[in-house]
Amino acid sequence: MANEIAQAIAAGILGGGIYALMAAGLTLIFGVLDIINVAQGILVVLGAYLSYVLSVHLHIDLLVGLLITVPAMFVIGVAIYWLFIRPLRGAERTSMTLLACFAVALIIEGVLYREFGSNYVSLTAWYTTSSVHIFGFYLPDIYLIGFGLAVLAITALYLILYRTTFGRAVRATMQNQTAARLIGIDVNRVSAVTFGIGTAVTAIGGMVYGAISGGFTPNSGYDLISRLLAIVILAGMGSIGGALVAAVFMTTAEALVDIWQPEWSVAVFYLAMVIILTVRPAGLFGRRAARAQ
Amino acid sequence: MRSLSHRARFLALGTAAVLASALVAACGSSSSGSSSSSSKPILIGASLSLTGDFSADGQAFKRGYELWASDVNAHGGLLGRKVQLDILNDNSSPTQVDTNYTDLITVKHVDLTFGPFSSLLTAPSAEVAHRYGYAFIEGAGGSPLVFSEKLPNVFDVALPVANELDPFVNWIKSLPAGQRPATAAYPMANDPFATPQVQRVQSFLQPLGISTVYSKIFPEEVPDYLPNADLVAAKKPQAVILGSTDVPTVASFMHGFEQQHFNPKVFIAAAGPDQGQSFLSAVGTANASGMMVPNAWYPGYANPTSQAMVAEYVAKYGGTASGVNADVAEAYSVGEVTAQAVKATGGTVGSKIIAYLHSGVTLSSVEGPVQFNSLGENIKAIAFIFQWQNGKFVQVLPVGAPGSVKILYPKPNWAS
Repeated sequence: MANEIAQAIAAGILGGGIYALMAAGLTLIFGVLDIINVAQGILVVLGAYLSYVLSVHLHIDLLVGLLITVPAMFVIGVAIYWLFIRPLRGAERTSMTLLACFAVALIIEGVLYREFGSNYVSLTAWYTTSSVHIFGFYLPDIYLIGFGLAVLAITALYLILYRTTFGRAVRATMQNQTAARLIGIDVNRVSAVTFGIGTAVTAIGGMVYGAISGGFTPNSGYDLISRLLAIVILAGMGSIGGALVAAVFMTTAEALVDIWQPEWSVAVFYLAMVIILTVRPAGLFGRRAARAQ
Repeated sequence: MRSLSHRARFLALGTAAVLASALVAACGSSSSGSSSSSSKPILIGASLSLTGDFSADGQAFKRGYELWASDVNAHGGLLGRKVQLDILNDNSSPTQVDTNYTDLITVKHVDLTFGPFSSLLTAPSAEVAHRYGYAFIEGAGGSPLVFSEKLPNVFDVALPVANELDPFVNWIKSLPAGQRPATAAYPMANDPFATPQVQRVQSFLQPLGISTVYSKIFPEEVPDYLPNADLVAAKKPQAVILGSTDVPTVASFMHGFEQQHFNPKVFIAAAGPDQGQSFLSAVGTANASGMMVPNAWYPGYANPTSQAMVAEYVAKYGGTASGVNADVAEAYSVGEVTAQAVKATGGTVGSKIIAYLHSGVTLSSVEGPVQFNSLGENIKAIAFIFQWQNGKFVQVLPVGAPGSVKILYPKPNWAS
């Protein structure tokens, strides 16, 4: 039993890194733009399809392919912002952006259906089925890679936000857009770049998701979005580091419940989330705390 | 005044109820259709999962229905009338499927209905069809969930889900005790298609002395199954009977087992390995060897109408015969059985079709003979077990059945 628990904790921690990778863009975009990007799930799937195209048609390794998919997704993110988000103004902006993001999700899903059909596709490489033996456990290489990429991506986001001039502009925009404009920050440019960065990070999450899921279709984003939103809400909307903690909590809790009653694993996580939010309505690393970092 | 108002409200409610009943009766009577000949096409309504979780199967079903309709029309239609399909998309949602069939029956006044994909969607839609007196012939709703309602109008042309793995059980029973697996694991997705058949296998294998080391139901639609696969691998069962519903589930378990350096002697999954190229690309051709899956039909099935349908499908949609999905045959069979019932009863009257299909008559389809019991299960359906062997999808069970080749046992080790 001790072995099973240890294995479940290891699987939970590694899986949490991958979810954090997929959720980082969602929380960054909310933190800066006050937008709940419900298209995040389909953007993860889009990232997976881009990796698929490079891998299957151009025979580019999944990891090397990130050098192409990350910039490509950045451009897609900036385009989404300029075309769908930026024009929205006024008191109804928040609800309208929600609808705009949903429209974006439907458009991307439709395009993917048209291009790839409804059959499952998957990402494969030598490291998607191999594992390393550490402390008596076999740990899957792809999960270790995914966790490493999550730590790298989150660290990079942290450095951009807290060690660069652009990051200062982003944080100023997060705190007060009007004041940011008054001191000469081009809020539209900052917002577009932030949306682009959030989407670019999703390209990495998409690649790893495609490699661990066993197969995906244009519809797979719907299974992801509720879990990603749950992670971001539990973390505290806008907290990037918190997303990693919340994701690890979610996957570890589920993996532990799996030992005894797997059919309850998802329910137990959501129950734990409700309890935590009752005590801390702003989440583990609530928005105010996140913005004051 | 108060009592008058109360009475008026009562009257209004009563009138509304009567009108509603009349409306339902009118709609229901429309299901009786017309026995008389007419130049109008016979309109057949169906709801399919063209998007959503079941979209791969839903799209295949659509092709099966359309292929049947074009065949019928090419041969002069039904009762001298052309057949016209009206297919709505339910996005794999049990709520939407309910709405779609209500719409098809009460607004579009279809003459006949064909079933949707999956037991999950068949159960609610069969109720709608029953409410309006329509026969509900379907090809993908074979789980006990569908038959538990005991609706008289449901007819599933396919093999009942619970019996799909029977040839596998019979094969294990036939092995000498020393060659049987000593232990077995039964991980099952929480789905009406997956659980009944795996639980049935467990109920037969346990009395044979095959010890159960794992038997749990896991939630569906989670993005990865690594923790579940790890737990099964840790028990090192010699047989794994996986209640999967799609390619990602079975591929995740296979990847997890490989990562844990665990290879069972026998590995059978309820669904996934039957998905041809999607399955091979997810797990690799070499790793597929030895993987087994049940099904009631395969493209090489030695049945003349089946072979004709496969040839037509390839001519119309391209690809190869081995790539034709069993969903296509299930959908096509729905059309065939409906056509025979319409011809026999001389019209589209729901009550007459229902009575005819319950009469014990044996009908034919591309999946083989069809005869319904009182629940609407096809008691003549044939179960097969298929296995991947060196990149080929072959029939291995029942042993000795026409087309069966020698089973690969024990399963080869993972290739990579």
